[in-house]
Amino acid sequence: MSHNKSEISEQTVLMIAVRDNQDREAFGALFDHFAPRLKGFIMRTGCSAPQAEEIVQDVMLTVWRKASMFDPHRAQVSAWIYQIARNRHIDIVRKESRPVPEELAEDPGAEPDASQILAVEQEAGKLKAALSSLRPEQRDMIEKAYLGELTHQEISDQTGLPLGTIKSRIRLGLERLRHELKGLRE
Amino acid sequence: MTAITHHIPDDILAAYAAGSLPHHYAVAVASHVSLCTQCRASLEAHQTMGGALLETTEAVAVSGNMKADLLAQLDAPAKPEPVYSRRGIYPGPVVAALKGQGPAWKSLGMGVRQSILSQDKHGSVRLLYIPGGQAVPDHGHNGLEMTLVLQGSFSDETGRFGVGDIEIANEDLEHTPIADPGDPCICLAATDAPLRFNALVPRLLQPLFRI
Ligand SMILES: [Zn+2]
Repeated sequence: MSHNKSEISEQTVLMIAVRDNQDREAFGALFDHFAPRLKGFIMRTGCSAPQAEEIVQDVMLTVWRKASMFDPHRAQVSAWIYQIARNRHIDIVRKESRPVPEELAEDPGAEPDASQILAVEQEAGKLKAALSSLRPEQRDMIEKAYLGELTHQEISDQTGLPLGTIKSRIRLGLERLRHELKGLRE
Repeated sequence: MTAITHHIPDDILAAYAAGSLPHHYAVAVASHVSLCTQCRASLEAHQTMGGALLETTEAVAVSGNMKADLLAQLDAPAKPEPVYSRRGIYPGPVVAALKGQGPAWKSLGMGVRQSILSQDKHGSVRLLYIPGGQAVPDHGHNGLEMTLVLQGSFSDETGRFGVGDIEIANEDLEHTPIADPGDPCICLAATDAPLRFNALVPRLLQPLFRI
């Protein structure tokens, strides 16, 4: 790989190793990092510890099986795992299959673009910093929204929710995606 | 393809990412995102938010045997999941809702047809086929209504909607969408209540048509 791994976050490097080489050791390290966070996150929705673990198990197995869909140019590992976790949680709890958009597969054999991967990580870093500056009740509300505990009406009624402001900081991903799809569609 | 000009509001995309959007709307949102770069990027930004929260949440230790159990499962064959890709004018999530089959059109009279993808007490999602120049049957809706254009176009009091455009109407909007002259307009309509078609079918007959 041509990019300088030392600059890219550990999790991204591990996930690329899982994706490209089915690297079990890397997967084990990702488990150590994400499984306890996933468990804590899921338990905040009121799930019991055993049920949360059941979902975590399912999510991590999905991470392994769908690794080929991971695209570090568009998503951070945590963002990718977050969506898998929400989807699996709903599928398991509601026993229904959640409608998902068509996948955008990365060009096979495309050289990784380190600057884009880093840009995505920097954006996410800014986001994390913004989150940590919130008052506890604001953070709580945002967490509720992203854990599926608020209806869309409740989300739009939260005028004090700095959701749009925070989210609007992620612009680069948008630019990249536009660029990528232009190539695909024209 | 002309540019998409009618998109999904941010609060609905956030609810979709979080999984709190009811199923019928989620079909419409996933379909629009399949066609729209801008909303896909916005959705991915919400996913990044979710990821940042996941990263910074309080961790809870997992049971000691969990990792070994999981590693032992990695080689087990996975049940193959069907992947539904786009088929003609129908985006993947619509093809998935149709379970890979073509739409089962039922006539509603005056050339209008519908194919119900799913409905329950929480709402419905259906395909509507409206001949060019014809009005979408006069209808009311109790709550939110999402209409995604898949072929042709329609216009109403709020503007013109072409392929990929999605109209999000709340209960306050009294509108009369009319398919533009030309190709029949095919759209995906999601509501949280059965559509009440007022003029076309007498109310008494509505259960018969399941509308
Ligand atoms: Zn859009």
